[in-house]
Amino acid sequence: MRTEIKLTEDMFQPVNDNFKNAENISRPNIPFWTDVWRRLKQNKLAMVGLTIISLLAVMAIIGPYLSGFNYYSQDFSKKNLHPNSIHWFGTDYAGRDIFTRAWYGARISLFIGLMAASIDFVIGVVYGGFSGFKAGRIDNIMMRIGEVFYSIPHLLMVILLMVVLPQGLWTIILAMTITGWIPMSRLVRGQVLQLKEQEYVQAAKAMGASTGWILRKHLIPNTMGPILVNITLTVPQAIFAEATLSFLGLGVPPPMASWGTMTSDALESLFVGNAYQLFIPAFLISLTMFAFNVLGDGLRDALDPRLRK
Amino acid sequence: MEKILEVKDLYVSFHTYSGEVKAVRGVNFDIYKGEVVAIVGESGCGKSVTSQSIMQILPTPPAEYKKGSIIFQGQDLLKKSEKEMQRIRGKDIGMIFQDSMTSLNPTSKIGSQIAEGLVKHQKLSGSAAWNRAVEMLELVGVAQPDRRANQYPHEFSGGMRQRAMIAIALACQPKLLIADEPTTALDVTIQAQILELMKGLQKKLDTSIILITHDLGVVAEMCERVIVMYAGQVIEAGTVNDIFYNSKHPYTKGLLKSIPHTGMDRRESLKSIVGTPPDLFNPPAGCPFYARCERAMKICGDNDPELAEMEKNHYAACWLNHSMALASTAGKEGV
Amino acid sequence: MLKYIISRFALSLVTLWVIITLTFVLMHSIPGNPFASESTMPQGVYENLMKYYNLDKPLVIQYGMYLKSIAHFDFGPSIKKSTVSVNGYIQKSFPVSAHLGLQALAIAIFFGVLLGTIAALNHNKGPDYFSMVLAIIGISVPSFILATVLMNYIAVEWKLLPVAGWKTWKHTILPSVALAMMPMAYIARLMRSSMLEVLGQDYIKTAKAKGMAKSIIILKHALRNAILPVVTVLGTIATNLVTGSFIIENIFGIPGMGDMFVKGIFDRDYPIILGSAVFYSAILILLTFLIDIAYTLIDPRIKLVGGVRDAH
Repeated sequence: MRTEIKLTEDMFQPVNDNFKNAENISRPNIPFWTDVWRRLKQNKLAMVGLTIISLLAVMAIIGPYLSGFNYYSQDFSKKNLHPNSIHWFGTDYAGRDIFTRAWYGARISLFIGLMAASIDFVIGVVYGGFSGFKAGRIDNIMMRIGEVFYSIPHLLMVILLMVVLPQGLWTIILAMTITGWIPMSRLVRGQVLQLKEQEYVQAAKAMGASTGWILRKHLIPNTMGPILVNITLTVPQAIFAEATLSFLGLGVPPPMASWGTMTSDALESLFVGNAYQLFIPAFLISLTMFAFNVLGDGLRDALDPRLRK
Repeated sequence: MEKILEVKDLYVSFHTYSGEVKAVRGVNFDIYKGEVVAIVGESGCGKSVTSQSIMQILPTPPAEYKKGSIIFQGQDLLKKSEKEMQRIRGKDIGMIFQDSMTSLNPTSKIGSQIAEGLVKHQKLSGSAAWNRAVEMLELVGVAQPDRRANQYPHEFSGGMRQRAMIAIALACQPKLLIADEPTTALDVTIQAQILELMKGLQKKLDTSIILITHDLGVVAEMCERVIVMYAGQVIEAGTVNDIFYNSKHPYTKGLLKSIPHTGMDRRESLKSIVGTPPDLFNPPAGCPFYARCERAMKICGDNDPELAEMEKNHYAACWLNHSMALASTAGKEGV
Repeated sequence: MLKYIISRFALSLVTLWVIITLTFVLMHSIPGNPFASESTMPQGVYENLMKYYNLDKPLVIQYGMYLKSIAHFDFGPSIKKSTVSVNGYIQKSFPVSAHLGLQALAIAIFFGVLLGTIAALNHNKGPDYFSMVLAIIGISVPSFILATVLMNYIAVEWKLLPVAGWKTWKHTILPSVALAMMPMAYIARLMRSSMLEVLGQDYIKTAKAKGMAKSIIILKHALRNAILPVVTVLGTIATNLVTGSFIIENIFGIPGMGDMFVKGIFDRDYPIILGSAVFYSAILILLTFLIDIAYTLIDPRIKLVGGVRDAH
């Protein structure tokens, strides 16, 4: 029961201005990418990943200069020193400063990862875009070819290639991209096909828009999101592949060093109490993969329209 | 007549990232044995939340049953434990949902889905339950029931799936059936068939039905009594005749006026109610319909009218029905 | 249905053929031959060896002979270890690898599904965050790194389990755990998102409205639907397990096919490399094919061309 209110005649007079608040729309309109960035920022884990990547990038650039040593000079009188105030990460079996090698290796490993992802991206976009654009028989054949190649065990093929080709930085990158472009091509192709069906594309064409304009105005904004996620998540896969190759002795040749080769070289160090030689590059590999994975996850969630709050 | 269900002063809210949505704000109604009652209202008025609260199948978090009681067969359902509610759901109260495609398990045979409840509530054996499930399919008008029982939901048409849903809900012969927009997703001819089916079954099994819909045509076809909800409250309740021909609330009148009818001049524009329902994060202090009402008075903005009895069993919540309103210039013509 | 099986099988054969050809081309594109390094070999012996291994014939003929022998499941003799045939080698080492692989797969699937389900059931609460952070770390730490860490602490320092070898069941623990971690984490994440999506579906509400107990709803209704995406992914997981096993076998000194393959790479022993690559590929392609077929059987919604579809 409500408490009794005092009713007066005046209260029953009509009112004419009650409509003003009726049509309010609740949420302000936010442009797409601003919203995506805002949502990404809210994801603390993804932000951690982004920070780590930035720090790694910085250290990859300036790190090798900080210690005063270079990555290749051997000095057997100083071999296997545990981390101390002069050699912050210690030295390896040949007396080389690990701190310098670690950040030099960062350059190599990150370069390989980013390059492989970028090449996959370019090939994938061109192949998939063309296939989707042409549609019909050509599309069918191209996709079948892609399917066959995709069924090939990726790392197996990479290993075989590495056995055959002369060792080197670009060989590794090349080997790793042979089948990695296929998911990207499928993504792009799907988007192109979908786009062709859309009515607004037909409307734009009817208004005289060129293919290039349609591609720029519609295809790119719509596909950018998933493409970005794909690239971000390809990098850790590439770094992982490089590390695996190095462990099999198929990595970059000395005196170059990557995190993978450093880990592989240090395997014996475990049993003689020099575990730091293995764990430092191993940790860096895992940290990098973690950062990219977490960022890619965050991007994917930020782009998902269903998760809008 | 015997009362099956009494909903008293029900308050239900949802706790979301943006705050507390007060979805149901003081709902009262009764359901009697063997009757078909409609709950009508626009999207977001709280009718689904109310019905799901009866069964307590809302996820809690984020839902919270803040206040009130739901008396079913003499017991307050809101005070029951989850285990006790599991014994009531499907057995004494059944429910069917709007979208039959997503409401059926895609990887389970139709027959199993019907038999499941029978095994649990009536303790039938697997094969006995299956036979009963086939019988139910026949009862709801599915041809070749023994073959169909072995099929999966995607092999049924929309109308057949809805029949299957009805079979599932009525398998244990509950006393109360809650149908949440059962025909909204169907095309008109199938809709008519399903309604016919429900009417027939209702008479046969003497089940009470709460029919939730926003389609007044369905209401006219099926129901004896109508409850009109708006912004989480009941604003009018009465028999179908009361509501359709003698409504005492501007909102109901607005709804009725907005139905297009045959014989309209083609130059006549459709009449709709101006504006949108109020924000339930911050419901207005006064009558929820205040911002859209053509007959609003000063008292309406600050004071929420209560449900008052107009004539026998016809209730409305509107200040225009107050004696003082009828006396003043504003309310002279009544509602 | 039959048409589908046949077309998938044909695709598998094509893929296999592509791999065989690629491998063959690659191996023989290296200038020189396996015996070139052994400069002390007399000319006569050299010629005989070349003849024995058919290396003196034109490439096309070698290719044809190779294809023929593969069709008869004969991978030929190993070059470096001339007393052993590749077939024999495979016969000895494959069971070991299979054991390791299956054990790792079992661990990955069981704990992955369990972890993912627990996370989904406790959405946005403690167990969820904990499991998911663990899972992200799991997919970010390469299996061989994990292997070395485990080896270092559990085996070398704390001496809880043997360091290397493959003799008792204790020897199998560290390698299979190290191998299982990445796929397990991947499955856990997939299971979690799949489960979350399923739990939000209407048919779960229907099951609840029927009065079913929570455990029944999860096991019978939710799990059955949520696990489908995991099945589709099993092929990829198996592939990754195989490639991961190369290094794991190497690190732990396990006499499996991976070890044989890696040694063959180092020795440039072509029959071994070719034979292993073809064998692995065949197994993986077969697995993928079987999983594809199995999936169409499990998910009743997949009724392929030729299946009977009822009208209204």
